[in-house]
This record gives sequence, C-alpha cells and structure tokens, in this order.
Amino acid sequence: MAENPIIEVRGLSKHFEARQHLFRKSSTGAGVLKAVDDVSFRIPKGHSLGIAGESGCGKTTTAKMLLKLYEPTSGSFLFNGKDITHLRAKEELKQFRKQAQLMFQNPFEALNPRFTIFRSLLEPLIVHDIGTKEERAAFIKQALEQVNLIPAENFFEKYPHQMSGGQLQRVVLARALIVDPIFLVADEPVSMLDVSVRAGVLNLMKTLTERLQLTTVYISHDLSLISYMCEQTAIMYLGKVVEIGDTMSVLQKPKHPYTQALLAAVPSPDPDEEPEEVLIKNHVPSPINMPNGCHFQDRCPYTEAICREKTPELRQAETGQIVACHMVTPFFDRKAEREEHVI
Amino acid sequence: MNTDVRMEQRPVQVAYRKAGFLAVLGKNLAGAFRFLKNDPFSMTGAVIYLFFILIALFAPLLAPYDPHEMIKHNGKLAFNQPPSAEHWLGTTNMGRDIFSQLVYGAKPAMMVGLTAAFFVVVVGTLVGLFAGYYKGRVDGVLMRVTDIAFGIPFEPFVIVLVAFLGPSVWNIVLAMGLLLWRDTARVIRSQVLTVRERSFVEAAKISGASDLRILFVQVAPNILPLSFLYGSLAMGWAILTEAAVSFLGFGDPAMMSWGFMLNDAYASQALSREAYWWIIPPGIFIMLTVMAGFYIGRGSEEILYPRLKNQ
Repeated sequence: MAENPIIEVRGLSKHFEARQHLFRKSSTGAGVLKAVDDVSFRIPKGHSLGIAGESGCGKTTTAKMLLKLYEPTSGSFLFNGKDITHLRAKEELKQFRKQAQLMFQNPFEALNPRFTIFRSLLEPLIVHDIGTKEERAAFIKQALEQVNLIPAENFFEKYPHQMSGGQLQRVVLARALIVDPIFLVADEPVSMLDVSVRAGVLNLMKTLTERLQLTTVYISHDLSLISYMCEQTAIMYLGKVVEIGDTMSVLQKPKHPYTQALLAAVPSPDPDEEPEEVLIKNHVPSPINMPNGCHFQDRCPYTEAICREKTPELRQAETGQIVACHMVTPFFDRKAEREEHVI
Repeated sequence: MNTDVRMEQRPVQVAYRKAGFLAVLGKNLAGAFRFLKNDPFSMTGAVIYLFFILIALFAPLLAPYDPHEMIKHNGKLAFNQPPSAEHWLGTTNMGRDIFSQLVYGAKPAMMVGLTAAFFVVVVGTLVGLFAGYYKGRVDGVLMRVTDIAFGIPFEPFVIVLVAFLGPSVWNIVLAMGLLLWRDTARVIRSQVLTVRERSFVEAAKISGASDLRILFVQVAPNILPLSFLYGSLAMGWAILTEAAVSFLGFGDPAMMSWGFMLNDAYASQALSREAYWWIIPPGIFIMLTVMAGFYIGRGSEEILYPRLKNQ
C-alpha cells in the first residue's frame, strides 16, 4: 500500500437530526441518528472493498458520502490523494462526478423511462462535453458492446420497459463506465435481478473492473457476493465498522461476534447439515440516541462490564484484520469455550 | 423483430440528431398521436378541436355573409327570419346572418382557448417543476402564491379585470393566465415530488448534471403528459369562461363570439319568440368545445393510470 490510495476516509460520520414533533417537544431533546459513525478505511488503486451489514447499518449512507451525495458531518474524505470533503466549487465537483460513478440497485428505476437507451447513454457525454456527434455515437456503441449488449445498434432505440432486468443492469453499468471513471460504487448491484442472471452481471463487472483498473466499493448484505468480488471486506453494524480486513481473514476467521453471527446466518445448500446455532439475541436497537459503549452490547453473547462503558477501538487481531471488540484480545476461540461450558 | 428491421434503416447520426429537448417534445407529440389513434375518447376530442380550428382559420371563406352586415332583401331588412336555403340558420332581429356569426365565433373561442391553455401549461408546469424539485423555501413561496390564486374566485375576477382594463378578448385571456395555472401547478408539483426521488434523477446527479438540466431534461418529460392533460381541460374552461363573460355583456363587442351571440339573443327576447335557430347553435358549439377538452382529458387519464382501461 505504498502508493496513494484512491479512496481514503478518516473518521467519516453522518448524523441526522431526528425530526421533532411540531407541537410536542420531546423530553429528551432532539434525537441524533448516527447513520455512519467514525468510519475509516483506504482502498488502493484497482482494489475493491465490500461493505456488508444488515439493513440500516449505514452501508448506503457511506456509499452516498463516497459519491458526495451527502456531506459528511465530520471526518475527511481523500480522493486520489486530494481532500475533497468540503468540495463546493462547481468545476471541481463536476470533475469528481466524472471520476466516481454508481451502479444502482434497481435497474428498472435507474434509467429514465422516457429516454431510449441511446439517449440515456448520451446524457453523461453531453454533460461532460465529451466528443463530437460521430464520436459520441461510437462511444455509445462501444460502451454497449463492452457490457455484452451485442449488436449494440439493436438497443439504441429501445426503451427501458422493453428490456429485461439483466440487460438494464448492463446498460446502467455501461452508462457508469462511459465517462471513463476511476472509482465505482455498486450498491446491491444484483439484488433486484433474477438469480439466473446474477452471475453473468457479476462476472462482467469483475472482468471490466479488472481490465479498467477500477477501484470499487460493493455494498451488499450478501457475503458470498462480497467474498467473490472483493479483496477487502468491512462489516458494519449500526453505523460503525466492527471488522475490516482481507476478505479471506474476515469471512473465514471472523473475530467480531457480529461477523460470526452474520456468517452463521448464511444458509447452507446442504439440507442435512445442521444449521449453526444463532448466538445473538434481541433485535437491532433504535439507532437514535445510542447508549455509551459498544453498539453491539445488548445482543452480544460475550458482553462484559467494559462493553457498557467504553466504545471499543479498532485493533488488529492476530489473523490480520482489524476488529472493534473488547473481547478479542487476548484472542480465544469463544465458540469452542462456549461449547465446553455447555458440556 | 420489427424493431430490428427499423434499426437497420436508421443510421446512428439520425438517432443522435434526434436527441435534445425538442426531440423529447417531438417524441411526446408522436406518442400523443399514437395514443389518439388507440383511444376513441381523445380522438373525438382532438377531432372536434381540429374541426373548430379549421373553421376559425377559414371563417372568411366559409361564411356567406359578413357577421355584422344587416342584410336587406329588395330594400327590406331581412330580420327574424327562420332557417332557409339563403340563411341556413336564419337571421337575427337586426337582419344578421346567424350561420356566418356562428362560423366567425369559432375564432375568439379558439384564440381564447389555445392561448389560455398555453399559459396554463407553461406557467403551471414551471411553477410545479420548481416547487417540487427545489422543495424547501422555493416550494413554500410558490405554493403560498398558488394558495392566493386559489383563494380568488375565478369568474368575478375575470369580470372585475375586464371592467378595469376594458372589454377585450385578450383581457379575458390575461385573467385566465393569471389564475387558471393554479390547479396545474399543484398537480405537477406533487408529481415532481415523486419523480425526483427515483434513481434516474440521482443517476443524472452523479453524472454531473446541473439542477436545471436534471429538472428540464430528466424530470420534465415525465410530467409533460400531465401538463397536456391540464392544458386540454383549461382550453374547455377558457372557452366556457369567454362565453359566460360575453353573455354577461363584458365581452369584446367588435368580436363575434358565441357568448356574444347568446347575449344578443337574450337581450332581444329571442327566447320568447322561440327563435331556437338563434339560441341552440352557439350553445351546441360551446358545449362541443368544452366536451372536447374533457374527452381529451379523460383519454389522458388512461395514459397516466392504465388500470382505468380495464374497468
């Protein structure tokens, strides 16, 4: 990681003021929802980071901050070595918009229903003033061919409602790549697609991002997708990164009890295999006005006094990844120990 | 398969040239035409409008007499005549040809209808677009102005304005332009509020498009059918208002309109003379134009809510 990372965020946070009643002042004062709280990571050029976690953990908010759709409450965001946390200047922002692109979750919503495919792909070229008339048409043809929509001309005059989800998602990818970005965020890129076409879209994304040396962030709750697509994985829980590191270590030797629970919840295709015991209890608490200490305290099977007092800091575990848990060092295999207790 | 064949005939450059706002508008019009072909209601409405527009344009050719001319036969004023081969719809109490008046009456009706519809569409759509897209303070100010427009009763407002500015068709149009955009603005705003949350708007933002570009290139085409719907309704409303105002005697005396004809008939006791040929034709024409607006409106409802079709 000697060279400059493309993406570097330090202590990135996004807090939302919970709305108050118009006539009834809440007794606790305005609530603060910490959608994303003190998140830091760096992604070197050409690498990919997977962000996983359940609904409401701040994955998408993080993605939106990485695309500058949200202004972070605090922290800093370095893009290609340049601090762009508070970038306001129109021209520079436009330059950033050309370099950072998003792949949407729902391809049926991501394209203007009144535009033909050609028109949808033309739009970013007009906005960034790329190419002459003839060049633009050639770019669009090339972009569609790149995502295996061949022959491209057959799709020029089609409207989104005339195409399938898999095809639309390819068009969305083509639109993202047509401006030649260096950074791509994919927010649940295949969750709305039929299972049968998912692998096709994912493989396409994998080859293209490798060929174009794209730095990517995948947002997903699907750990198998992340293990397939990403070198690094971050697990988020209630706005915090609880575990981050090489995908291999995080997913095969998980240290944080939440990561372990997430992995235990992945169903196995073998019907005879006994499902793993779910260790965590309760449901996700309200993210508004969280108590002190570890966010996972009420659900964790290993909670001790310190977890209720101090927010755990990210520390390196001996398996390589970085974990935010008081109970991790000194490391011991809690599951084994627990089983011993049961016996 | 059909589309494939079409594609081969259409080179890339043509496809490119078609891009841009005008093309979007053109496509909307083309789509509107295709829609008319499939919908008997809107087709009827459109045909009625077209019929009256043609009549208005060719009135001098179609009308056998000058509508203001007091016609004499053998030196005698031909007044209060019932329909005949010479005067298809008879004459007025001043010996004017009613059929010619009816033909000339299409002109102010269409003028008022089309210009009022234009203002309603343009002003209402712009107000709705900006209020819905920018939300917050812009929305607050624009919607309070709309509230004020809603608070003013329409017909008394027209009459007062015409009384102040003088009786002219354009003052009636002005009054409509000042007030009638309010419904369009409200409805367009609420539609924009939902359209702006869809991901293709976010996609346009990520691709670096400015707010105005997103508003007019991405959002506007999605609400245009609704604007056209309100435009066609406004056209009927405007014609009705012009007729009402003319009937009440606030119309332009130099311009022969259907409302003016009715006013003339009423004032000269055509009703008690049972001169049905004088009263019924302008009434039917007013009804037809207003109906045309509602037929088109009814048809467009089915574009917006396709489920209505099955009921």
